[in-house]
Formats: sequence, structure tokens, C-alpha cells
Amino acid sequence: MQFPVRQRRLIANPKTELYVHFLQFYGQPPLENISLSEFETFAVDRLKLLKTVENSGVSQVKGSEPYQKKLDKEFSNLNFPNKPDIKEEDKDGPNEYEKRRKDHISHFILRLAYCQTEDLRRWFIQQEVDLFRHRFNRLTSVQKSSFLKHNNLHYETVGLVEKTALTDKLVQSSYAGSGSKVDTQDYYKVPFQDALDLVRNRKAYLKAGYVYIPQQDIVITVLNDFRTQLSKALALTARSLPTVLSDERLQPLLSHLSHAYVGQDYSIQKNMGKISLEQIDPLSGKSFPLCMRGLHQALRENHHLRHGGRMQYGLFLKGIGLTLEQALQFWRSEFTKGKVDMDKFDKQYAYSIRHNFGKEGKRTDYTPYSCLKVILSNAPSQGDHHGCPFRHSDAELLKQKLQSYKVSPSGIAQILDLVKGMHYQLACQKYFELTHNIEDSGFSLNHPNQYFLESQRVLGGGGKEAKAEPPQRAPDVAAKPPLDPPALAEMAEDLDAYFQDG
Amino acid sequence: MTSADYEPASLPDLLPLYYRRLFPFSQYYRWLNYGGVQKNYFQHREFSFTLKDDIYVRYQSFNTQNELEKEMQKMNPYKIDIGAVYSHRPNQHNTVKSGSFQALEKELVFDIDMTDYDDVRSCCSAADICPKCWTLMTIAIRILDRALREDFGFRHLLWVYSGRRGVHCWVCDEAARKLSVAARSAIAEYLSLVKGGDETVRKVVLSDPIHPSIRDALKVVERYFPQYALHDQAVLGLKESVDKVLALVPEDILYGGTDSREPLLKDLHTYFESEKNPEKRWGLLRGCATTKQGTLKKGQHFEKEIMLQYCYPRLDVNVSKGVNHLLKSPFSVHPKTGRISVPIDLRQLDKFDPFDVPTISLICAELDRPRVGEEEEQVPKEKDSDIDAAERRRIRDYKRTSLAKYVKVLDQFLDGVALSNRGELLKKSDLQKDF
Repeated sequence: MQFPVRQRRLIANPKTELYVHFLQFYGQPPLENISLSEFETFAVDRLKLLKTVENSGVSQVKGSEPYQKKLDKEFSNLNFPNKPDIKEEDKDGPNEYEKRRKDHISHFILRLAYCQTEDLRRWFIQQEVDLFRHRFNRLTSVQKSSFLKHNNLHYETVGLVEKTALTDKLVQSSYAGSGSKVDTQDYYKVPFQDALDLVRNRKAYLKAGYVYIPQQDIVITVLNDFRTQLSKALALTARSLPTVLSDERLQPLLSHLSHAYVGQDYSIQKNMGKISLEQIDPLSGKSFPLCMRGLHQALRENHHLRHGGRMQYGLFLKGIGLTLEQALQFWRSEFTKGKVDMDKFDKQYAYSIRHNFGKEGKRTDYTPYSCLKVILSNAPSQGDHHGCPFRHSDAELLKQKLQSYKVSPSGIAQILDLVKGMHYQLACQKYFELTHNIEDSGFSLNHPNQYFLESQRVLGGGGKEAKAEPPQRAPDVAAKPPLDPPALAEMAEDLDAYFQDG
Repeated sequence: MTSADYEPASLPDLLPLYYRRLFPFSQYYRWLNYGGVQKNYFQHREFSFTLKDDIYVRYQSFNTQNELEKEMQKMNPYKIDIGAVYSHRPNQHNTVKSGSFQALEKELVFDIDMTDYDDVRSCCSAADICPKCWTLMTIAIRILDRALREDFGFRHLLWVYSGRRGVHCWVCDEAARKLSVAARSAIAEYLSLVKGGDETVRKVVLSDPIHPSIRDALKVVERYFPQYALHDQAVLGLKESVDKVLALVPEDILYGGTDSREPLLKDLHTYFESEKNPEKRWGLLRGCATTKQGTLKKGQHFEKEIMLQYCYPRLDVNVSKGVNHLLKSPFSVHPKTGRISVPIDLRQLDKFDPFDVPTISLICAELDRPRVGEEEEQVPKEKDSDIDAAERRRIRDYKRTSLAKYVKVLDQFLDGVALSNRGELLKKSDLQKDF
């Protein structure tokens, strides 16, 4: 899609022209000066908004009534524009204008904070797309057309005569179109350059250079383009980021923003040092997720783990609270039982353990791997024990392992079913429920350390140390409400989407 | 004089003659200049030449038609490729700050190569072609031409014989030239239906509903199928071919769909043993398909899939995707066959015979023919000083050879383009109130 660069910025009344609609594509960055405090407030508010978008999307079906209500409330609370129909007099009043300006500026600030890594970008784009979809769907048909036209998107409605003449072809072109549906909904004509996905997959009727899209599919096209544009923009932003970060006033704020709110990464521990080495064996059976339990077992049996396993397990241990000294002692004692003598250990392995804790090299304090990372990257090969057993283990082997851990046959069957459907995290959750003897885990699993913490919580903290508290991150990261099936399915779908992309 | 007289070794002698007296430079320039609507369009166009001894030079560019002529007459390229219109003169690209030198525009192009059909043609393979398999090109041209015009709205399509085993399409509309990589790739995907390599048996998969463009393609294929596939290619003749076709028939049709695995297949085989007539065999196969379509089971369009797998155009997406992709130029000579890469007149498509296309040796020989019926067409006596003598002579020259009718096709194509351009210029001048 071409978002044409507007050659002229001559606007009659700058205020009214700039924010004609309550919704925008964020094509042009804001050109004004703002105060640092406004900078900060705007950014934090938008972040809260996006967090709400994320949470709502997980706990409710997107687009449903409760979903919309929740978002609308947050919009008002945080002073973001949420109503497309403002009475004409009010629209140009400072209030609405202020809201739209905030929307505009805060988006661009967050771009700076979220452009740096793949994970950040992905999260940001996902929330912004959901936000856009929510607001776009609030528009009436007429408003949609007006908005699209205003943004130079040439979505022309197909006249009745033409539509009737083309009914057969329209029916033949998309799954959505059956005879009756063609009558009852509007079709748009879009230049094919603006709907390439539909063209590429032959998912719509094409005539004389125009794609004929039913109303219900238009939002998909618009969203696709919004997503693509934003993705490109973030890549560009990342390139100019060093310049921005060199401004000392901005740098701390931007790092704080990107670290604080994307979800827990279990790297800073409040419970550091509260686990003793003797506890690891019993803990591995009770509170470790299957992957870590397996790694621990392999380490005990072979007195060795290869690099992938050392990374995955080592960082996990750091996440549950092992200190550097404890880690060194742990690994050294295990490895020296095997083929590695003290000296060799110190030379070859100690360095990388210290590296994991950020005490060597570029001093990055590595974060323990999330489930997605374990599942998607670095697949294990012969001789490896890392990875996600639900993903990487052969079904038979998995079954045997679960049997040896005394999981009930019906439980095993349920787990294997989930694995077949590629719902690996749900399978692990089911494993959690079965081993902890509870009906509903009450959380949505996406991190091995989360598994550990939740397990400790369920078991009442076990062992002589105090209960491991969830690390305090952002004020609004509370226990998430239990997920209902549609939300679970949707999360699983996201994971599926990764696989389908090859 | 037959085309068989062409010897690659004679190229060094023939090429100078060709470029001095036959190559249609003025039409060529007229084409690539596109009416002068965009400044420097011709000057920023990349050409690449393959010279004697396989020396390859890229980033050639020229300021005027004259310069183009002089250079080509000096270098006598064995092959000429046309590339993109760049942001700067290609022959100065080394002086441009790295990163600024960009390919901006190029015609949307398609390359259909007969070797891509080797798994479905029994008469030839690799670089060979014959009248029996040439039908595949005819079918490809008809299907793609319709789709590009009716579905995408393009109007200025130049189809060119590549000189050996395929055809090229140059879509010259302004909108086409400005297409992004993503758009080109999407168009190529839209037009692609046959997917998979050696390891894929079933290369066409149709699902309901069948898209209108595929329906239109099927109409074309059905027209040619009986003569081309059943007769010329005998796909239901030799056992080996029959087996290949049957491999595309769904198992439950072949095996009856229940536990009784053999009956239907035996029936088809038995039937084929007694019935040699390919048309009748095909009729039965279609009959099975029609029955199956009533059941909404999977694989219900298998007879259509078979026809498409054997006939639907197979294009190389990579050729079409890149804005900077170089493609053989029309009126370039094919060094192996000697044939000139000539435009194809779509109004006479069914009569087009690749073996009738003139070779460079033929047309050079025709130059020496005694002038018969001197000057059938008068060269208009315009201001003589403007068209220099050499050019006038050249205009007379190619007209005396078999090349004439192909240059005419290009002329007519260019007239069409010019008509559109005039419309554009008028619109522009109206907007600027330039009366």
C-alpha cells in the first residue's frame, strides 16, 4: 500500500486538519515541542492503555461487549480519544483535540522505546494493531469510508448495478460470499496495489486492476497494511535510535519503558539466595517444569550437559534464585563427578557461568528463556537434552517419561492430544495440573520460571526458605484472570501461526 | 535459403550487418523513450551486452538513439538484455554515492520457458521444441494475456518469442513500470497455479469455490486439450503416460472408496485395454469426476487439475519479481539458433510458428536479393536533412526482409502506447492550463 508522502503541509486551520478523525495511521510524526513531563506522562499512559489492550485480548474475546467496555473505560481514564461521534461543536474543542494529540504523540514516543528488539517490536505491533482494530470497528460504514478516503486509500463502494452484474464472480471468489451475502453487504473496489495479500492468494475477485472486497474483509486489508507500515517504521526508527538515546534526558525513560512493561522476564530476583543447593533435587521433582526436570535428571545422570542445556537450565536456575557462587558450586560439583577435573572446569565452564550472570564480556545479565524461546529456537539434536519435551520429544518417549513420573494414563492421553494439536504450553500446563493435583492451574503458562513460582505458590512455599515471591515489576502486573477457552485457543493460535510461517 | 543455414560461427560476420542495416533502432528508441514523458527515462535505462567470447558488460547506458546505434555497431553484441531505469545514468553508477544508485522502474515481465514443462511433454525435452509442444506457449499466452488485461487492467503488452524455447511478455503500462517488488511478486503468485518440483506428483490443487480467473483459464485449456494433450501428446496413449495421468486421480476413485481396493482400478485398466481411443478414455475419466463432484468429497476437481497440470502456464516468479532483473531484448539474436527475438502478433497467434521465425543468416541473405518491385512503399519525402541517408536506407532494408512484418507488430504496439501517452500529456497540460 502506498501511503503517499504529502507534498504540501499547507493546512488552513492546523488544529482541525491535523486530527480530523479520532483514529489515525500515524504516518507523520508530530512536529511540535513538548515538555519532558508531558513526554513522560504521555508515554506511560499509552503503555497502560496497551497493557489493557493486551490483558483484555487475553481474557476476553476480542470485539465482544465486555472487551469493548473495558477498553472504553481505559480510554476515558487515560484521556485517549475513544468516541468517533463527537458532536460537531465538540470535535474541534480543545478536549478532543488534546486527546487526539496525545494519541499521536504517545504512539511515536513508544516507537522509540519498542523498536530495539524483535520481541519488543512484536509486542508493540500486536497491541497497536488490536487497538487500531478496536477503534476502526467503532466507526460506522460511512465514517469508515470517510476515514479511508481522508487517508488517500481509494476504497470505492461498488454500485448496486455493478454488484448485481458481478454476483456470480463475487460468489466464486471468496469463501465469505454466498449469494445472499453479496446482496446484503457492501463491496469495495480497491486498486490491486493496495490489497496485495488478497491478490497473491487469489482470495478476491479482480477486474480491470481493482480488487473487489466485501465489507467484512476490508478491515483485514487495512490492518495488514497498518501492520506492515508500522513494522517498516519501527525498523527505520531503530536505526536512528542511537542518536535519540544519546540525549541523557530521554535515555533512562525509554529504557525504563521498554523493560518495565512487556511482561515478566524473571531476571531480577527478590528471592536471590533463598534456594539452597540441597533443595534442587526435591524441587526438580515437585516444582520444575518438565523441560527443566529432564535437564536436571540428565545432568545428574551424565554429570554433563551440552551448551544448549547449560544455557537453558543454568539461566532457569538463576531465575529461581541461585547466586553466582551457588551456581558455580553446583555445576562444578556435578561436572567433576564426570570426566571433567577441577582445572578443566575452571578453565572451560566457569567463564560461561559467570558470563550468564553478567560478570564477563559485555556484561549482559542474561534472562532465563521463555517458553516461546525454548520451543522455537535452537532445536535439540543428538545428545542434547534442552528444548521443550512437548515439542521436541517423540510422542512415545514423552509418554514413557510421563509414565515414569507417575502421571495417570488419562492425563497422559490429554497431554498427548494437546501436543498433537501443537499446544505445547497448554500441554505443560496440563502437566502442572496433573502433578499438583488441581483442576485449573489458574495462570497462562509462558515461562519456565513462572511455572516454578506458580508451583511454589500452590505448594505453599515448601522447604525451609520463605515462599518465593513473584519479582515486583510493574504496578499493574497482577495475577492474570483465569483464561477462558476462546482466549486459550487464541493464544494457541498465535503459536500455530509461528509454525505455519515455516 | 533456409534457416538451417545458420551457423553460430558466422555470427561475427553477420552481426555487423545486422546492426548496421537491419536492427530497428528508431522503433527501439521510440519504445524505450516512452514519448519523452519522463525526463531521462531512456538515458537512465540499463542495457547489458554479451560480447564475443562470453564477455559480459553491464550498466551500459546511452544519451541518444544515435549513441545507442554507434555503440552497438561498435561492440556487435551477441546478446542484448534490457534492465531497469535507474536513479542515475547506469554507466556512471560508480560515481554515485553508494546506496543512492537505485533501480526505479521497469516493465513488468514474464518468462515462459518450455523446459519447465518437461514433466508433462513427451515429444521433446530440455531446449528442444516442436510444433506439438509449441501449443503450450499458445495456451500460456492466451491465459496470461487475458488475465493481465482483464483482471489487472493492463493494456500495453508486448509478447516476444525468445528465439529458442519460450516466450516473454513485456507489460509496458506506466502503472506496470512503477510497480514495487511486492506487487510484482503478488501478480506472479496470482498467475501461478502449478507448484512443486520433481518430488511433487500432484502439482495443482483446486478447492471450492474455483476462482473466476481459474475458470477462465480452464475455458482456454479445454479448447486446446483434445488436440494438444489427447492427440499430439498422447497422454492417454502409451502406458507410461497413462500411468502418470492416473497418478493424479484420487485414490478413492481408483479404488472404489471402500475396502474393495481393486475393482474400479481394474475397471479403468481393463477398460483401457479394450478401449484405445484416448477421447473415450478421457470421457470416462471426466465422467468419474462429474460423479465425484456431486459428493463434495475432497479432490473433487481432479479432472480440472489434470488439465491444468498439463497445460496451465508455468512462469518463473523470480524473473517477474525483481525491478532490476535483466531480460533478453526484443530483436536480440539467439546465438544458438540464430533466430531473432521477434514480437508475436496476437491476432495471428494460432498461426505463429517458431520455426518460421527468421534467422540472422536468412535476413542478411535477403539483403542481397536483387531488388524486386523496387520501393513498394515510398519513404515519405520529409525534410531529407532530418532523416539521414543511412537511416532511410535502413528503413528500406529491413522492409525487404522477413523481418518486416515483425517490425510492423512493434510499430503497431508503439502506436497504441503513443495514443495513451498523448492522452496523458493532454491531461497534464490541461491541468497546468497549458493551451
